[in-house]
Amino acid sequence: MEFDHNFFVGFAKSYGLFYMMAFFFGAVVYAYWPANQEKFDQAAKSILDEDEGAQK
Amino acid sequence: MISQLTRDERSSAMILCALLTLFGLALGIVGRDDVLGWHGALLAFAGLALLFVVMRGYYDPNPDPDRITKYYDDPTKVGVIVSMMWLVFATFVGDWVAWLLVYPELTFDAGWSSFGRLRPVHTTGVIFGFGGNALIATSFHVLQRTSRARLAGNLSPWVVLIGFNLFCLMAVTGYMLGITASKEYAEPEWYADIFLVVVWVTYFALYIRTLARRQEPHIYVANWYFLAFILVVAILHIVNNLAVPVSLAHAKSYSLFSGVQDAMTQWWYGHNAVAFFLTSGFLGMLYYYLPRRAGRPIFSYRMSIISFWGITFLYMWAGSHHLHYTALPHWVQTLGMTFSIVLVVPSWASAGNALLTLNGAWEKVRDDATLRFMFVAAVFYGLSTFEGSFMAIRPVNSLSHYTDWTVGHVHAGALGWVAMITFGAFYTLVPMLWNRERMYSSRLIEAHFWLALSGTVIYVFAMWNSGIVQGLMWRAYAEDGTLAYSFIDSLNEMIPYYFARAVGGFLFFLGGVIGLYNIWMTTRMPALEDPPVYDLPPVFETEPAE
Ligand code: HEM
Ligand SMILES: [Fe+2]
Repeated sequence: MEFDHNFFVGFAKSYGLFYMMAFFFGAVVYAYWPANQEKFDQAAKSILDEDEGAQK
Repeated sequence: MISQLTRDERSSAMILCALLTLFGLALGIVGRDDVLGWHGALLAFAGLALLFVVMRGYYDPNPDPDRITKYYDDPTKVGVIVSMMWLVFATFVGDWVAWLLVYPELTFDAGWSSFGRLRPVHTTGVIFGFGGNALIATSFHVLQRTSRARLAGNLSPWVVLIGFNLFCLMAVTGYMLGITASKEYAEPEWYADIFLVVVWVTYFALYIRTLARRQEPHIYVANWYFLAFILVVAILHIVNNLAVPVSLAHAKSYSLFSGVQDAMTQWWYGHNAVAFFLTSGFLGMLYYYLPRRAGRPIFSYRMSIISFWGITFLYMWAGSHHLHYTALPHWVQTLGMTFSIVLVVPSWASAGNALLTLNGAWEKVRDDATLRFMFVAAVFYGLSTFEGSFMAIRPVNSLSHYTDWTVGHVHAGALGWVAMITFGAFYTLVPMLWNRERMYSSRLIEAHFWLALSGTVIYVFAMWNSGIVQGLMWRAYAEDGTLAYSFIDSLNEMIPYYFARAVGGFLFFLGGVIGLYNIWMTTRMPALEDPPVYDLPPVFETEPAE
């Protein structure tokens, strides 16, 4: 196999698509995984309950 | 500053200062016949001055051992003030450059004040001086609060902050001396680049080590953005600046890349500098300070995660939209164009997430100029990313490229988004940091807000107009098939727009001066009676490593 221009174009146009889609689905699954829900809610609220010169 | 360091840390600090002085001396001596010598002298002088400061405080009593149970905010305080000083300096130079385009004689016949040298002084000053210091300062604050852990080191935050500012100083003084690597936003030469690598690796290590001692199981999303900023900027900086100096005694170097590879590497860097320096880290700011100021959690935490990966992955591939219609292979241009268009999705998800967080708190946005800064920032973020995706479409780019439209786009992003979110974050942060009830003057915040907003709007509209006029004039043909206008014709048409831009820029500069004054006066106000709890949660027991 020659690592020339055509090879990289072919690679980008085939595997490139699949690995990026896989990554995208991975991120979505992680974000929407039901068990993570509570962790995320807590994280979102955690920054608000700090005792540091409460902001109004 | 010194009183917070233990005797051992003071000794280490002195060794570092001595090393800096020696490095400066070495550069100065080998480079004495070149402009390089000036930077050697600068570093040696800085090393000596710092050494003197440490020595003066060396025999002060050791700091309170309890300090490790508290957050370490001194570097953040210095970072905030220094950032605002860079803003005032660099927007002053920016406005000077703007007036130069109206009245070219304003260089006063000096070499250092020519347009080509002052322009990078402005861009480096605002992006790295103002933006970089703001990112370092806020990242230290957000990191500690969201991890509920003290910075993992007392000396290394200063190495990062002081080292970074020395790099910025070398950069801007270098341009005025005529030193440049000729790569946009990466103009500093090889020795300054190596210096920055050391500083940046220290920053990364400090961030990771602090995260490692966090008390929270989950790493809050703002840290992901800051971490992406630090990590990717390191990669970009190292790869794009690979170069061979003509000799160790000369500032000049030659890039390892040539031709179209050089162009592609440069704009892979340039575009991702926009993504990871000017966007990722500032989104980190947004995800912390906006919810805090609004008193509401981020609208969708999940969306912030998905947009994080979206932005991080898509930006990497979009750089070739800076090289449409060049020798770059057509498919690479198309690739960059496609990714740029898709990029609008996670960008708008972030902007939308910010606006939806404010939904239901509009009365706060109306009454509180600080929150309004962050609101306007989110709007401009949405606007400039939509515009960017649009301009990345090849035929659109054929009209916009080389024109002031690009400059308008840049400033919608840089003034409207980056600077506005920073002002909102600073006005939230400063009273917390110095333990004041509020900022010195809310009327001055209000004044700053309207100056900044009107300045930005005038600037952006002037450049949109001049850009489109330029683009259309350059592609207008006469009946006999020749170009209808000469370049000088289009330049003359620009005068009123350049004038308006310089006025808008002046308003923005004035706002920055007011902001610096307001922050400075806040630090001089009396502190609150009962201080807020700066202590870490009681579980904290680890010894700091340094
Ligand atoms: C979806 C996001 C974005 C995309 C797709 C995008 C796309 C573009 C395009 C197509 C250009 C013009 C290239 C040319 O014709 O030379 C450009 C220039 C530029 N953009 Fe953006 N942009 C985005 C967001 C931003 C943001 C948020 C900022 C600032 C914080 C920004 C700062 C810049 C800068 C500094 C330049 C000028 C580069 C130069 O010196 O030529 N962009 N961008
Ligand atoms: Fe770009």
